[in-house]
Amino acid sequence: MFDQLDQIFVNALHWLVGFVPEVLRPLVTPLICISFILMVFPAFFSIITIFERKGIGRIQNRYGPNRVGIPFTKIRLAGFGQFLPDGLKMLTKEDIVPRAADKLVHFLAPVVMLIPVLLSYSVLPFGKNMTLADYDAGLLFFFAVGGAVEIAVFMAGWSSRNKYSLLGAMRAIAQMVSYEIPLILSAVSVVMIVGSLKLTDIIAHQNHYTFGIAHWHVFTPWGFIGFVLFFIASLAESNRTPFDLPEAESEIIAGYFTEYSGFKFALFFLGEYLGMFAIIGLGITLFLGGWTAPFSFLAWIPSWIWFFGKLTAIIFVFIWIRATLPRLRMDQLMNFAWKFMLPLALINILVAGIWHYMAADWQRWLVCGALIAGAYVLLGRGLMQNQKLGKRIYRYAE
Amino acid sequence: MTLALIITALVTVLAAATVMSLRNLVHCALAMAVAFSGVAALYLQLNAEFVGFAEILVYVGAIAILIVFAILLTRSGETPEKSVLTSGWLAGVAVSAMVFTLLGWAVLTSSALPKEIAIAPAAPVKNIGDALMSKFVLPLEIVGLVLTAAMIGAVIIALKEDKKDNSGGQP
Repeated sequence: MFDQLDQIFVNALHWLVGFVPEVLRPLVTPLICISFILMVFPAFFSIITIFERKGIGRIQNRYGPNRVGIPFTKIRLAGFGQFLPDGLKMLTKEDIVPRAADKLVHFLAPVVMLIPVLLSYSVLPFGKNMTLADYDAGLLFFFAVGGAVEIAVFMAGWSSRNKYSLLGAMRAIAQMVSYEIPLILSAVSVVMIVGSLKLTDIIAHQNHYTFGIAHWHVFTPWGFIGFVLFFIASLAESNRTPFDLPEAESEIIAGYFTEYSGFKFALFFLGEYLGMFAIIGLGITLFLGGWTAPFSFLAWIPSWIWFFGKLTAIIFVFIWIRATLPRLRMDQLMNFAWKFMLPLALINILVAGIWHYMAADWQRWLVCGALIAGAYVLLGRGLMQNQKLGKRIYRYAE
Repeated sequence: MTLALIITALVTVLAAATVMSLRNLVHCALAMAVAFSGVAALYLQLNAEFVGFAEILVYVGAIAILIVFAILLTRSGETPEKSVLTSGWLAGVAVSAMVFTLLGWAVLTSSALPKEIAIAPAAPVKNIGDALMSKFVLPLEIVGLVLTAAMIGAVIIALKEDKKDNSGGQP
């Protein structure tokens, strides 16, 4: 019965495809899968925006949206109906294009932003047998299409003919290029251990249990530090606090999409969030076992519930961080990427190599753990050496 | 020749022609990104997954951005008034057509060309990785060394010069 529930979407797809003639099947199957992604993830996005607003409200000791429910009734849903009027407002707002703007590029930028993000969903495994395109080089595909987002950001910033837009685009591109390196290098350690760039192979490598505990990569020294690096870099890649300099409201209004309104703004918003979900999904696949259960006695829960559960949990941590941490400064951001995360990621690759070649007993835990801890302490001290951070003195309160 | 191949080839060639004919340099750079994507799509249609993805990763993701940055940092925003196509373009077309015909004829009648079309070898990513790490490990290391040297050189050029050193060098 639980197997049925696990494969419910796969079976539904086969059932639906059964209605069309044999000739059209190769065309119809991807269409159904694509429409599935186009329905599920924007819907997920709209729910998450409400969670984010309410969650940040709760953390900051205020209410957040709590009024909108089902129209013409007394049902209020604690504000969870808010996404519908928000979306309608976005769709019906006037679309303002600056007179000096480069019209064509200004129009194309949100589209170019969304396409690579949607493409990256095609390689993610959402559940058992639920991968759209299981490429041999799936991981490479993900990073390749992710790199195309930078072009969209540049197009938006440059075509607006606004200094804040251009500054925001420059910041965004500098940040994305810098943090892409630790992001990819932390994924390389996984590829080294698994020996494959195929995402389903990476999950299969984590899908077995010792004493009922899963062999997720995050439970090893290299996997743990790799996951931490990946997590920080994915925060920066999706322009979230504390790395939200590209759209810092108090400094440059809204960064590269300052001059966008209405539906185009909504597309940027959607693209940013879908990009965040995709990169978290990749992190889950690489380090948190994808759709597998953490304990063998929980393996009966359907795989897609595990995937979306993990996705929601990590998004919650992202929201938590956004509500808690202040924004970094540009030089701190760059120093952190190039002087701390990059060397640590390189050392992590070395540690993954040692882990692969040492015999599987407690000694390799000791050696790898000591190497990572030592590198972390030394790099951290090196980064903080010239910072002159002392006790903060409050002049006015003395 | 399938329909998909014709479409991608047309897009690639049109984008490449746009790169040469537009006046605004940033537009040219963006059109070049389209051309790179078209080339990547062509690779993918030939089942060369790795090369196709690497093309997107390196050319669209990095080189196009690099070119765009170089344009923004070195030039002012104004575009040249006169067209890039000069009056001598007819002669240019004639010369290039002649060169193309000659090269095409030479290639088609060459004895080095195998008469039977060879079966395309399957090159999964794993084989490429194995070859890079065993047979071609020395070239790989040399390329890595050259790139590292280039990067260190770039850092040294970009380094802030010490104020005490350039006592007389103020412009």
